Order: sequence, then C-alpha cells, then structure tokens
Amino acid sequence: MTTQLTTPMDKQALAELRAGDEVEITGTVYTARDAAHVKLFELLDTGQALPFELEGQVIYYCGPAPTPPGKAIGSAGPTTAYRMDAFAPRLYALGLAATIGKGDRSMSVREACKEFGAVYLVAVGGAGALLAERVTAAEVIAYPELGPEAIARLTVEAFPAIVGYDTAGNSVFPADAQHP
Amino acid sequence: MREIDCQIITDTVYDLVLKASYILPGPVLEALQDALTQETDVARTVMETLVENARIAATTKIPLCQDCGLVVVFAEIGRDCHLSGDLYAAINEGVARAYEDGYLRKSVLADPLRRDSNTGDNTPAVVHLTLTDGDRVNLHLAPKGGGSENMSVVDMLVPAVGRQGVIDCVVEQVVAGGGKPCPPLVLGVGLGGTMDKAAVLSKWAIMRSLGEPSPDPETAELERDILAAVNATGVGPMGLGGRTTALAVHVEKYPCHIASLPLAINLQCHAARHQQATI
Repeated sequence: MTTQLTTPMDKQALAELRAGDEVEITGTVYTARDAAHVKLFELLDTGQALPFELEGQVIYYCGPAPTPPGKAIGSAGPTTAYRMDAFAPRLYALGLAATIGKGDRSMSVREACKEFGAVYLVAVGGAGALLAERVTAAEVIAYPELGPEAIARLTVEAFPAIVGYDTAGNSVFPADAQHP
Repeated sequence: MREIDCQIITDTVYDLVLKASYILPGPVLEALQDALTQETDVARTVMETLVENARIAATTKIPLCQDCGLVVVFAEIGRDCHLSGDLYAAINEGVARAYEDGYLRKSVLADPLRRDSNTGDNTPAVVHLTLTDGDRVNLHLAPKGGGSENMSVVDMLVPAVGRQGVIDCVVEQVVAGGGKPCPPLVLGVGLGGTMDKAAVLSKWAIMRSLGEPSPDPETAELERDILAAVNATGVGPMGLGGRTTALAVHVEKYPCHIASLPLAINLQCHAARHQQATI
C-alpha cells in the first residue's frame, strides 16, 4: 500500500508513517545539496530570511541535469544524503518536515526526526529519468550561480519514496547488514 | 603505419558518451531483471524502479542518472597506427560537445578546493593509455558517478592476510558503503602492483562487460567467492536490505612486491554505464 502525502506536510500524517512504508508526494519540494546548504546556513547564522519557508516543507537533495526542450526538468534523482547530515538537524528544528535523499545517515539525523516529528525519505538513486517524469514544473528560486546546485522549487506529482527514518526513531536500513 | 585523424576520436567519444548516458548495457539490464525475481517488498520495488528507469531513459533520452559522471577513458593504441592531432584534446572535445548537446549535467571542478570552478563542459576526462599490437584504437568509456566513487578505496594489506583477507576487506567496504554507492553494485577489484597500479586495475575491471568472468580460472573463482560473500551481507538494493548487493565482481591482478598486497576496490553503481568502440 502506498501512502499519499501532500505539501505542506502535516506532522500528524507523518507520525503515522513507519520506516519501510512506500509513499508518494504531491505538491512542492525544494532542491538543495552541498553548496546550497552552506549558503542557507550563512543566512541563518547572520539572522537573515531564507529563500523559502521551512515550516512543513520538504528539501530534496538533488542536482538535476539540464532541462531538454519540452520537458519540465532533466534527469532528477536523489544524491547521497549523509553529506548534508551536519545541516539537517537544525533545519528540522526550524520546522522542516522531510528531506529526500539516498543512503543511510548519522544518528543525529535519526534523532532529530524523532525529536521534531519529521522524516527522512529515500528515493531510488540512479532512477533520474523515472523521477523526472514525476516533476511537472521547476523554477530556480535562489543561487542560480550554483548551476545544478541552485535551489529550485519543484512541483511534483506522485513522487515515489520510501520512509527511511520515521518519527518514532526507526530506520529502514538493516542494522544486521554485516560480515557473514 | 595506419593514419588516424583525431577528429574520428572526437566523434567516437561523442557517440559513446551519449549512448552511455541514456542506454543501460544489455547485460546490466538482464542482470537487474534476473535479480528482481529474487527480491520481495521494498527491495523488489527498488529493482522494478531501476528496470523501468532504464526503459524511460532509453526511450525519452533523459539521462539514466542526473549524475552524468566524470568521463573515464581507457584508450588502447595499436603500435602500428599514427594519430594525427592531440589525442587528449580530441577526447575532451568529444566530451564537451556530448555534455552540451545531450543535456548532461556538468559535474567537474577545475580546482578540487574551489566549489565555484566548474569547468562548464565536464572536461577534462581522466584518460589512461596503453599500447597494444596492431593498428587499431580501442576506446572504453565510462561516465563515473560521484556517489559510488566516494565509497571506493585502496588498501595496502599485510600479505599474510591472503585470499580470505582480500574477501573480508571487500565485504567490509561494501557494508560500510551501505546504500550510499547505489547498490546493486558492480565491484572492480585491483589486486597487486603498486598503490597506483592497483587503483587503475580496479577501474579497468569495471570496464569489462558485466559478468564476464576472468579468463584465469583461479581469479574467476575468487570473483565468484567475493560475489557470494557480498550478497550474503543483506545490504541489498539501495541499502534497504535484500539479496542483491552486487550484480558482478571483476578482479584484475598484477605481480607485486613480496612485502605488499595492494587491494583497490572501485565501486560502480547499478547505472553501470560503459561503452566501447574500435576504430
């Protein structure tokens, strides 16, 4: 069964999700990866407003490929999430509802999801062509000079993901993946 | 002596980059489809997504992955041919044109420490040259993604750890990487030589057509044993748990110093983009 989620995300709906659940997101998500996070934190550290509201919103760790003519966006799969682990807890504390990326993350992110009722969602890495088809519009809203690392507002429809970390502190990643 | 105009190299590289970016090699797609039947739940969803992604990329010419990689080229140059022109410049010209025309993401920084130094055309490629018999030029090309490259490593093992030590080290590296390098993986293993030689061998190993065993029976047996050990870890597709952690293991060996056992492990994600052409 696939759970439908819309943005801005309702914390109560997130609380019902469990690690391993399949979800589809419809609404707005914001792309941001390494360089954009550095810029966002410069704003936070100097008390300035961010280019988008965090409350109930979703950050997608993604640096899309260029948009071909007639398409909403180029190839647009997730990048590896752990590189943004130093940033995620503070953004969750400020109201961010979800991040989307790939791969396991540090315990600090898992704990922040539990503390702030937020989630980490896993999209299928390397499925950039399929995921691009679920993006119906894209607009760069900050840092165009960063090229593929700019912050873009994406309109998504039934964007598929798997719950990686839920609000109860569970993880989809097998703890028993180890030496046989 | 056969004359080869470097313009042909440029045109060939251009075609190989585009083909690699949109079309998953047949053996990789077949391996994903075979492995899919072994999986259930979320792991099966992931595998079905990957097979469907390959279909969409091939039919719509949207790159398989938004990380369109850094281009690695192994060029085998026949001794009896003469290249007129600058081979490196010719390869880079093909790369630059393909990344622009193909709507491929440009992911190369001129200076590793300057995040604002994107070269704008995904050049330069990393080029490895070897001399071979004959008068042909053989090009192997792979756009290599950053996520799987980041989980790759060279380890200078103590020789006494032997064969089992090599297997254990590969397994540990794959488990440490978890979902980050986008499993199911193709593992390129370079064994022997020096630190640098092992690294190049491990890259050369992922250029081999998927699942083709080493011609050396002992090495082929090592490949099978590493594959079995890796798939027993339970890391699974995208690290979410499952049977399919790697699709294939390719091992390349080279003689080495009595004091050394160099081991390089190059992780290749499931988007195992590799194309080859002979000129």
